[in-house]
Amino acid sequence: MSTRLDNRNTVQHDPWLALSLGFVLMVTLSAALAPWFSPYSAGGLEEKRILETPSYAHWMGTDGLGRDLLTRVLYGARVSMTVGVGTALIALVIGTIYGLVSGFRGGAIDQLMMRLVDIFYGLPDMLIFILLSLVFGRNIGGLLIALGMVSWVRFARIARGQVLQAKEFLFVEGARAMGASRRRLVLRHILPNITGPIIVTLTFSIPSAILAESTLSFIGIGINDPYSSWGTSWGTLAQDGWRAMRTYPHILFFPAAAIFLTILAFNFLGNHLRDWLDPKGR
Amino acid sequence: MAASMGVNTSRLWSQSAIMAPRAGSLSVGKGLSESHHVKKISRGKMISFLLRRLFHGALVLWVVASLTFILLRLAPGGPFERERKLPPEVIANLEAKYHLDEPPLAQYLRYLSGILRGDFGPSYKYLDRGVNEIIADTLPTSALLGLLALGFALALALPLGLLAAYFRDSWIDRLCVFISTLGISVPHFILGALLIWGVALQLGWLQAGRWDDWTSAVLPMATLGAAPAAYLAALLRSTLIETFGEDFIRTARAKGVKESAVVLRHALRHLLIPVLTVMGPLTAALLTGSFVVEYVFAIPGMGRFFITAVTDRDYPLIMGVTLVYTTLLVGANLFVDLLYGLVDPRIRTE
Repeated sequence: MSTRLDNRNTVQHDPWLALSLGFVLMVTLSAALAPWFSPYSAGGLEEKRILETPSYAHWMGTDGLGRDLLTRVLYGARVSMTVGVGTALIALVIGTIYGLVSGFRGGAIDQLMMRLVDIFYGLPDMLIFILLSLVFGRNIGGLLIALGMVSWVRFARIARGQVLQAKEFLFVEGARAMGASRRRLVLRHILPNITGPIIVTLTFSIPSAILAESTLSFIGIGINDPYSSWGTSWGTLAQDGWRAMRTYPHILFFPAAAIFLTILAFNFLGNHLRDWLDPKGR
Repeated sequence: MAASMGVNTSRLWSQSAIMAPRAGSLSVGKGLSESHHVKKISRGKMISFLLRRLFHGALVLWVVASLTFILLRLAPGGPFERERKLPPEVIANLEAKYHLDEPPLAQYLRYLSGILRGDFGPSYKYLDRGVNEIIADTLPTSALLGLLALGFALALALPLGLLAAYFRDSWIDRLCVFISTLGISVPHFILGALLIWGVALQLGWLQAGRWDDWTSAVLPMATLGAAPAAYLAALLRSTLIETFGEDFIRTARAKGVKESAVVLRHALRHLLIPVLTVMGPLTAALLTGSFVVEYVFAIPGMGRFFITAVTDRDYPLIMGVTLVYTTLLVGANLFVDLLYGLVDPRIRTE
């Protein structure tokens, strides 16, 4: 039984894991290397080739301004990956430190800190994203801050729970009895023990940030920069396609597929990581 | 423990004790007299619990009201900024009319006292309607959509989760888990757009972009309910897998109880608590999703007004809708906590 479970989590034995890993790598590469990868330049307009369906010259067709859709989708990976990974990292740092402090201190401070987390946790994320993005501006930086400020709560909860558990471990008690400093306790004994769940949370945070960003951009209150040469959000691309869906569905399908497959691939990876790092959870 | 439950199944208290998941980790199996004792204490505690929760709910509302107020004042740009600039005198008049020329603290107090009186103020955008009126008009639509989606989610998740757990590790299980992962991953706006394109435009079965009879509710309901259905299915599956491994299921099977009765009478009732537990987050997910679904399907609900209010910087409308959403959420959580006590008597004592 156990060997079968183990096998499931290796790339050779699970085509889905291999596929999702491959897809995530592909998206990451196109985010990093879009200018070298993409067949056309970012702002390239071709007035004669407006709204073309997919062909050999334009694999995903062209949009209403004659821009190559494949190029736009490849550049869009930059926005999605930056927002996804950036938000997850911001949330990781804030949330983990918060949770570590809260769990390690315990007592009244812990109660107060966690009450704040509870309040945040109970609110619909999207509502706060929208309000925060009004303050920090509708650009990538503003969105990163807004998303990070909401997502840290998840990390704080996990980190605190893990610290409370780890505090009970005998080796931590032993280290404390031997006079280890608080700093050493946290850094050497507790932190390594809570990395597993934190990494899993990180993996799930990336797709949910990508989801939030593309949704906000789709409904027109996300990143407000439709002609950016650095990259246009997949959500904005999908919005372009949504307007023309009746006659030119391909403009919607390709960005939509990019968003959906990226989120799906990250969720698959997250599930596998969770099973792999925490066999008890099965 | 299983034995004591087997003996006492005819008594109500012990039946509901069975309903808790992981019953072994908590102290169960008290005598009947003791359980009556527990109930008497719990009434007084119940009231203090309720008061504490109400206080906490009020605190959350106050925090959200203040945060929204502060955030909106901090946001660059104002409600009367247009592409074609208004003359400064007009802006000054408008600001005077809506008390935006007062110091922030005075505005804040005016706003709070308005909320306490149940008045969210005028809308900057819709001059003929106040925020209260807009909310009264649109909330029923959003609530109906949310309830339909919740029903859809439960109706879909129950068979999926049950099949997956019962045929654990078979291809049926893998198919159900796969469907559930798909459902969790697909954004509302993509599913909605695909459904409109496929079902409404290509097949022509339903019409999209209307909100009048029940056929116009089918696609929005499915779009909004898909992700909750996927979450619930995954949750039900893992709970049921655990339940099917419990001693009392083995006991029931050993007694020769029919397999259908084992599933329907013994295993299914264990789902109540986990489902209740996620009701709070689920309500939040439905509320959040409703913005997008109402936008995509052009449904005249509160979420769509919220989005246009954000674009227009219609402060009172943004704050009003935010508070209504928060109240709904707080109310749902409180309701769930009360139901817990009803479903599981041990929780009443805590």
